[in-house]
Amino acid sequence: MSGIASPIIVLRAVSKRYGTKEVLHGVDLGIDAGECVALIGHNGAGKTTLLKLLLGLTRPSDGAVRVEGQDPVSARSVAARRGIGYLPESVAFHDAMTGREVLRFYARLKGEPLGACADLLARVGLAEAETRRVGTYSKGMRQRLGLAQALLGEPRLLFLDEPTTGLDPSLRRQFYELIQDVRSRGATVLLSSHALGEIEGSSNRMAIMKEGRLVAYGTLDELRRAAKLPVRIRVAVQPGMAASIAHDIGAKVNLLRVNDTMVDLTCVAGDKMDVVRQIASLGRPVTDVDIVPPNLDEVYAHFVGDGRPL
Amino acid sequence: MSVLLCLAGKEIRDGIRNRWIAATIVVLAALALSLALLGSAPVGAVKASTLSITVASLSSLSVYLIPLIALMLSYDALVGEFERGTMQLLLTYPVARWQVILGKFLGHVAILVVAIVVGYGAAGLVVALRGGADSEGWRAFLFLMGSSALLGAVFIGLGYLLSAVVRERATAAGLAVALWLGLVVLYDLAVLGVLIADQGRIVTQTMVSILMAVNPTDLYRVFNLTSFDGVAATAGMLGVEGGLGPVLSLVVLGGWVAAPVGATIVIFQRREL
Repeated sequence: MSGIASPIIVLRAVSKRYGTKEVLHGVDLGIDAGECVALIGHNGAGKTTLLKLLLGLTRPSDGAVRVEGQDPVSARSVAARRGIGYLPESVAFHDAMTGREVLRFYARLKGEPLGACADLLARVGLAEAETRRVGTYSKGMRQRLGLAQALLGEPRLLFLDEPTTGLDPSLRRQFYELIQDVRSRGATVLLSSHALGEIEGSSNRMAIMKEGRLVAYGTLDELRRAAKLPVRIRVAVQPGMAASIAHDIGAKVNLLRVNDTMVDLTCVAGDKMDVVRQIASLGRPVTDVDIVPPNLDEVYAHFVGDGRPL
Repeated sequence: MSVLLCLAGKEIRDGIRNRWIAATIVVLAALALSLALLGSAPVGAVKASTLSITVASLSSLSVYLIPLIALMLSYDALVGEFERGTMQLLLTYPVARWQVILGKFLGHVAILVVAIVVGYGAAGLVVALRGGADSEGWRAFLFLMGSSALLGAVFIGLGYLLSAVVRERATAAGLAVALWLGLVVLYDLAVLGVLIADQGRIVTQTMVSILMAVNPTDLYRVFNLTSFDGVAATAGMLGVEGGLGPVLSLVVLGGWVAAPVGATIVIFQRREL
């Protein structure tokens, strides 16, 4: 595969057991540099464990993990961690320290100039709270301080575990803007999340996990195709024409609802264009057409297979 | 190196912020001063300076207090960070695990050294100002401060070892108390009990010497009470043979520092977070 950059993150047949409990089972995953990958799954699906393996906090029971070509638990990867940012799920700090002290401590460990700290605190909106003890911070403020430390030193690789829990909607938007900044520098981002609606717009690939297995991996389009979920089409028609239009659209569709001015139907993704052409050929009685591809929620429910919402 | 200093510096700043250093200095100074001032009365016929007498009494009390302070400082150094979740984040930084242990160790030892130097040093100065110091007394006093720091380092290392193997802070606290009681109090009582029960039939002088050399607190006591004649005279230890001698005592104490710290590093390297 010369000419194509090898993946920056590789997991080969990785399993992880704690005692007799298997939390990861035969996971194969490759992530290319510059991608933003979302890990999605229920609690206990193995998302956090996967991130810990990539960070060298824990080692696989079977299989191999490589980050930038190195085993993350090896002594050689210690120096490489300068280029890695991590925001753990429910991040904890030393409560007696102020926000500024915390960030300066981590900046020193990364060998970063302390001058960058004030700017970073301002970027996450903590400029006014920087001299307060972290113990007095709200959950959202801690999360922002956590993000600030993860962004220290402009990391090449950013691992974020449930980054938006505890953030209100406007902060969430700010947060994804920061992620976008990081990505535009060419950094690779791997984040786990429950908030499927947010992920859809910000990640270019999704990794769906279920009970320690990677059940699907790809772009949303790829997952939609693989899931073979039906496309929903809503046809608006002139009053009174719905019944005849519904009849004329043909056999390839599944009618959901027909009322006076509206025909709701679904068709398999492969037939979509045929159906649309057919609808277009029906002429004036058709006033509008909406095509709704399956969203990430539906794709996720399909792969996880139990219909349970996140 | 800068990583070690950064980690040590954080422990020292923590010690300043939570008044640990100040409190320890006050306790040690109060203890040393009261012994120095009260202890100057019963000199009697023994020819020794007030400072030598202070060393004799201070070392007998330090042997209880220094291990206790050291264990309080160190027992939750690791398990506390596991519980809070701060260790997980720390280990994703470019910091090797041995650096975490050594950095904390340097910081905690520095806290203890400052407390000993300032606390005991204040008492030494008071005695000197009152004209109770001679050069041998000063040397004995400096040796006391140095060996107290070493004894503290031993128990800081032992505290880390506890902290690395347990799952909860409370367990570490309980084990620290048990360790203190065992090494500082019960060990000597047990040796004494054996000697009394045995009446010199089986247990030889050599065996007692070995038993004394195995326990770091006994090493510390014997080292301080026998290394200088003025102190030994006060303590009734003049001419007592059978200790390891000053140099070997310090070497063994050094081993008592290195072994638990090394074991902690080995255990911590394997730990999964």
